[in-house]
Amino acid sequence: MQKKISSIPFSGTPEQEARLKEVIAKNIDDPGAVMPVLQEAQEIYGYLPIEVQTMVAEGLGVPLEEVYGVSTFYSQFALSPKGKYNISVCLGTACYVKGSGDILNKLSEMLGIEAEECTPDGKFSLTACRCIGACGLAPVLTVNDEVYGRLTVDDVPGILDKYKDA
Amino acid sequence: MFRSNVLVCGGTGCTSSNSLQIAEKLKEEIKAKGLDKEVNVITTGCFGLCALGPIMVVYPEGSFYSMVKIEDIPEIVEEHLLKGRIVTRLLYQETVVEDTIKSLNKTAFYAKQKRVALRNCGVIDPEKIDDYIARDGYAALGKVLTEMTPEQVIQTILDSGLRGRGGAGFPTGLKWKFAAGNQADQKYVCCNADEGDPGAFMDRSVLEGDPHSLIEAMAIAGYAIGASKGRVYVRAEYPIAVKRLQIAIDQAREYGLLGEDIFGTGFNFDMELRLGAGAFVCGEETALMTSIEGKRGEPRPRPPFPAVKGLYQKPTILNNVETYANIAQIILNGPEWFASMGTEKSKGTKVFALGGKINHTGLVEIPMGTTLREIVFEIGGGIPNGKKFKAAQTGGPSGGCIPEEHLDVPIDYDNLLAIGSMMGSGGLIVMDEDNCMVDVAKFFLEFTVDESCGKCTPCRIGTKRLLEMLDKITKGQGTMEMLDEMEELCEFIKANSLCGLGQTAPNPVLSTLRYFRNEYLAHIQDKKCPAGVCKDLLEYTIDREKCAGCGLCSRKCPTQAISVTDYTAPGKRRPALEIDHKKCIKCGACMATCKFKAIYKA
Repeated sequence: MQKKISSIPFSGTPEQEARLKEVIAKNIDDPGAVMPVLQEAQEIYGYLPIEVQTMVAEGLGVPLEEVYGVSTFYSQFALSPKGKYNISVCLGTACYVKGSGDILNKLSEMLGIEAEECTPDGKFSLTACRCIGACGLAPVLTVNDEVYGRLTVDDVPGILDKYKDA
Repeated sequence: MFRSNVLVCGGTGCTSSNSLQIAEKLKEEIKAKGLDKEVNVITTGCFGLCALGPIMVVYPEGSFYSMVKIEDIPEIVEEHLLKGRIVTRLLYQETVVEDTIKSLNKTAFYAKQKRVALRNCGVIDPEKIDDYIARDGYAALGKVLTEMTPEQVIQTILDSGLRGRGGAGFPTGLKWKFAAGNQADQKYVCCNADEGDPGAFMDRSVLEGDPHSLIEAMAIAGYAIGASKGRVYVRAEYPIAVKRLQIAIDQAREYGLLGEDIFGTGFNFDMELRLGAGAFVCGEETALMTSIEGKRGEPRPRPPFPAVKGLYQKPTILNNVETYANIAQIILNGPEWFASMGTEKSKGTKVFALGGKINHTGLVEIPMGTTLREIVFEIGGGIPNGKKFKAAQTGGPSGGCIPEEHLDVPIDYDNLLAIGSMMGSGGLIVMDEDNCMVDVAKFFLEFTVDESCGKCTPCRIGTKRLLEMLDKITKGQGTMEMLDEMEELCEFIKANSLCGLGQTAPNPVLSTLRYFRNEYLAHIQDKKCPAGVCKDLLEYTIDREKCAGCGLCSRKCPTQAISVTDYTAPGKRRPALEIDHKKCIKCGACMATCKFKAIYKA
């Protein structure tokens, strides 16, 4: 999938940088360190702007090209920031055959953004995710860590309303 | 000692509907009633019947409470746990027969199952190693290390007939034998827990419900091939599984069951977790090993096979979670016991994740050779809302759709291949008359196009071209020549792709072309989608006899495509409305708002 690369200026704090340096120092002897370090870096910054990838590359002594290759290869790595509320709609087969595609379309229509995008106010982002394994509740979506299951298209406005003023 | 044990499912399905809060509330209420010395609350792995979650079972009675709500807890504690009166109203109704309660094992869902890989799921607390040991845990490792030679272990696995549960069905013992035969200063035992098949969750359930069975089996494999290091590659999207597996590894180390000089035999084995980052191709063995090395998870040509050069160029074996979950049982019960289950060439049991249009969504483990009909209609409870069965999809994006005419084929590796599908990791998605098979084929192709790593051309470009043709067909722009082109391209991709992803990617297209060709023809020749799924081929129409003329739909219509006619149906006060098909964008808003069910799509 083509990754959306953010144009929002990078705004990392010195604390975040110190934490990243710690993570790099902890993993520097591991021959397969790039992935685990990027995973922790994403936890620290919420996404992986090119500035963070550069720090990882320099810290581990790996070419930036290799780090960038990894960050663009795996779907878990986000190159643009997520909204305050990230809505993930499961597009696993079990959810899809029960209509999760329609739910994604409805959300996209109501929020005015496509999947993998963030609303201009930074409030909502929309993701089409792979199976989260809650197939018994299909179709399923998550808002941050909150799970909503057994959905129909009509449930979408109510769910959005819960977060609009939050 | 407790007089009563309450088991609450802590698998992902049930925790998604708040089972952990239910367990907390239970403990609170039990304490408030002063029963905390008598009644024990245990959070277990998956019971399998996910459709009825959250699930809770009270022993010794075996009362099976389903779809439990937090509000129900005080009543269950007060009535059942304090006064001993089972709250029949809240039980899984199939277990209630007039005034008596039927054993869970006699219900349709459980009666035909045989739990080997899942034997501890929903039985023990996965975060307690003592629970696992009490169920003969680590006895197989002890037996292997103290009574058997590595050759005997491999022979036992060979004799059992166990084949890889990850998809291709390669004999596990043979894989071990190859790796054991290669000399090296370091060898690796790897586990594929990167369950990428959308709609499959059997490996996750084992990790969440019985993580020690994996650790024990990997240590046994380490002894058999002469490896001292293990790596588990697990999906980062499975946070509960990752957490429990890490707890289990730490406990096993503390008990001396991992680490140096295990059971005082001089055998060393330790293991680590590696988190995947979401790439379907990493289910392929060489890609997985490249990913463990921290690189882009791209496959490489074989040979050399991993048994010769795998992780970090050392001899390596890779098995999937379910395969490992069988190992300890084979060692303890003997290969003859295992081989007594199943069909001639596929021994033992197989776990399937039942999903889609089926009443009992969940996890089932059945002996090989069970028919699809038994799984769907007996264990699975059939199709909801009285709809008609259309197809069962196995093997995920690598598999195919099985039509009704093959429902009675006994399921095993070879039979599934013969009817154009494959075992895969065990996802089994049921589809009914409302699912369009062209759309399903397109769905899987979108997935493979997305997940193709791009290294080899047949897969990268071939799947994209296939998807473009499918897309045209679903939009009514298909031609008859396209069907032949698609078939030719499918064969080409299968024959020329580098790894299993590309080699199997055309299967969803080929199997739907084979069994549901009439649906393709309807899209191409009649420009119709018989199931009413493909938006571009639908027309929304107002039934003027049913329309009350309320105007709700015309207010909802985003393109003002609905207007008033001069016809008023008998018994209605206002004239009926109609849809201008030129303006209609087929969003379906009108149909969703109509209170008189006067709008239909076809």
